[in-house]
Amino acid sequence: MTDRVLLSIENVTVDLPTPRGNLRAVDGVDLKLGAGRTLGIVGESGCGKTMLSRAVLQLLPKKAKLSGRVMFDGRDLVSLDRESLRKLRGRSLAVVFQDPMTSLNPVLTIGTQLIETLQEHLELDLSTAKKRSVELLAAVGIPAPEQRLTQYPHQLSGGMRQRVAIAIALSCEPELLIADEPTTALDVTIQAQILDLLAREQRRRHMAMIIITHDLGVVAGRTDEVAVMYAGRVVERAPTQALFKKMRMPYTEALLAAIPKIDTAPHTVLPAISGRPPDPTRPLKGCSFSPRCRYAVGRCHAEKPGLTSAETPAHQFACFHPIEIEAGVPA
Amino acid sequence: MATLELTLDEEILAQPLKRGRRLGPLFWAAIGWVVLVFAVAIFADFLPLPSSTDMDMLERRAPFSAAHWLGTDGLGRDELARLIYGARISLIVGLCAPIIGLTIGGALGMLSGYFRGRFETLVVGSMDVLLAFPPLILVLAIIAFLGQSIFNLTIILGVLSVPASMRVARAATLTLSRREFVIAAQALGASHARILLRELLPNVILPLFAFFLLGVAVIIVVEGALSFLGLGVPPPISSWGSMIGEGRESLDIAPRLAFLPAAAMFLTVLSFNLVGDALRALTDPRQGAL
Repeated sequence: MTDRVLLSIENVTVDLPTPRGNLRAVDGVDLKLGAGRTLGIVGESGCGKTMLSRAVLQLLPKKAKLSGRVMFDGRDLVSLDRESLRKLRGRSLAVVFQDPMTSLNPVLTIGTQLIETLQEHLELDLSTAKKRSVELLAAVGIPAPEQRLTQYPHQLSGGMRQRVAIAIALSCEPELLIADEPTTALDVTIQAQILDLLAREQRRRHMAMIIITHDLGVVAGRTDEVAVMYAGRVVERAPTQALFKKMRMPYTEALLAAIPKIDTAPHTVLPAISGRPPDPTRPLKGCSFSPRCRYAVGRCHAEKPGLTSAETPAHQFACFHPIEIEAGVPA
Repeated sequence: MATLELTLDEEILAQPLKRGRRLGPLFWAAIGWVVLVFAVAIFADFLPLPSSTDMDMLERRAPFSAAHWLGTDGLGRDELARLIYGARISLIVGLCAPIIGLTIGGALGMLSGYFRGRFETLVVGSMDVLLAFPPLILVLAIIAFLGQSIFNLTIILGVLSVPASMRVARAATLTLSRREFVIAAQALGASHARILLRELLPNVILPLFAFFLLGVAVIIVVEGALSFLGLGVPPPISSWGSMIGEGRESLDIAPRLAFLPAAAMFLTVLSFNLVGDALRALTDPRQGAL
């Protein structure tokens, strides 16, 4: 834990102007990530996970307004000029997107896309870049990498495409890799392979990684720390082991309960979180989860709970009535 | 999709993958015609042809003969020579004007589709103004002002084809620039110029090229219509359109004088369209795969 802090997100708020009013996609998020460590960001659709990752990359839509600081390796990305930011992206920061169908250029060959990235950032000559590309493709588990260089993305399967996308992201040895729902668009059988690949490459290269997902099962055992987001805010943050052993926030519990289990009897109704997330253009006065929370009392509707620490300072949650029971789920 | 993860040696596959999609005989016939028209147009000066402008008043509207393979026109000029020199004009105007439109329109369309904002409003607005002008009146006015020449005609037709190319390029860029590979390129530190030229251009060029071949066909017809109206190339230079116009006077005596250039134009336009369609189908790597 004594690793230097690589990324520190300080009080980041993202506002998106929409025709229906201001939409607060990310609301005062504070997160820290040490070099070589893994952070999982979990939450349902529309909770601001992707906007947060775009804020880190400074790739927000043009109209979005960002406040707060994103410190990467001692530099504030928010106030960095375009040119230094451009150099930092790709070289130090890289992303793997959700859908490998659309994150690769359909009319350029795999080789072109890989080689050009290498040439651009590492200033390699063509033959060296080509050699590196083959090594990279082999490293991400693509058979016959030389042949793949001349193929187009549509000639590969979904899992292969995601491997290529990972190879491109890894090509310049980034210090931080952001994986934005890297397995959501993939076949279940491929998901574990891709996650294992990411974990392996992360250990090998000692890079930090942020895994964004809506699936608690993805972060279990693959991350050092987990942040659960709801309606733009971090509602619980803890080391992965601690979170799965003793979750405090009712939302986290509800998320975990919503994962179907193999040993439940057939035809059991799946537990779902009732209701919908609040309309982000009309923020609630109290806790944003209170309308759906089964523990909610009067105070929850009137006041926003702040992040408070549990037994250890690393485990924080935003709730007035934290759950006391042991969930007892192995991480 | 998961099964594709397996590696298959080429030898154990029952049937090796057939490369390439088949091109029908129609495509090759079209290619043949286009090549023939290009060849005679380029080498017209070296062909053993009678002059296309020398008149022979004794041989007016002469039928097909050994001296005049396709006969002579109303002023006794060799019809075949006039057709071949006419092909030159049709191809020069028909190729140069869409190239002008494609370059300017494509660049404007991509820039406005990518950067959006005030620039886009300005470009789209000015293109709408250009489209709102009745093109024939515009051509008439400009030709009257600048004078009748092939160069002026090409420039005007080129400018008139800018809005359409711009719209095709902008529409393609608009949808493509929202795709994740553009964000992925940005996340990899690509500059705007790089994204436009390396990521977007190869995608936009496909619909633009198909549109270009269509544009060639349209411009050949438009040039014919203008020449027919006497607004095209100045006489005595022949063009297919002006030949149809001249042939109109003797439709009852010698209908071939109008029909021969019309047939040449018809075949050329059809060939360009056929080649355009086949090439688009052939080069489109997205076929059903995305």
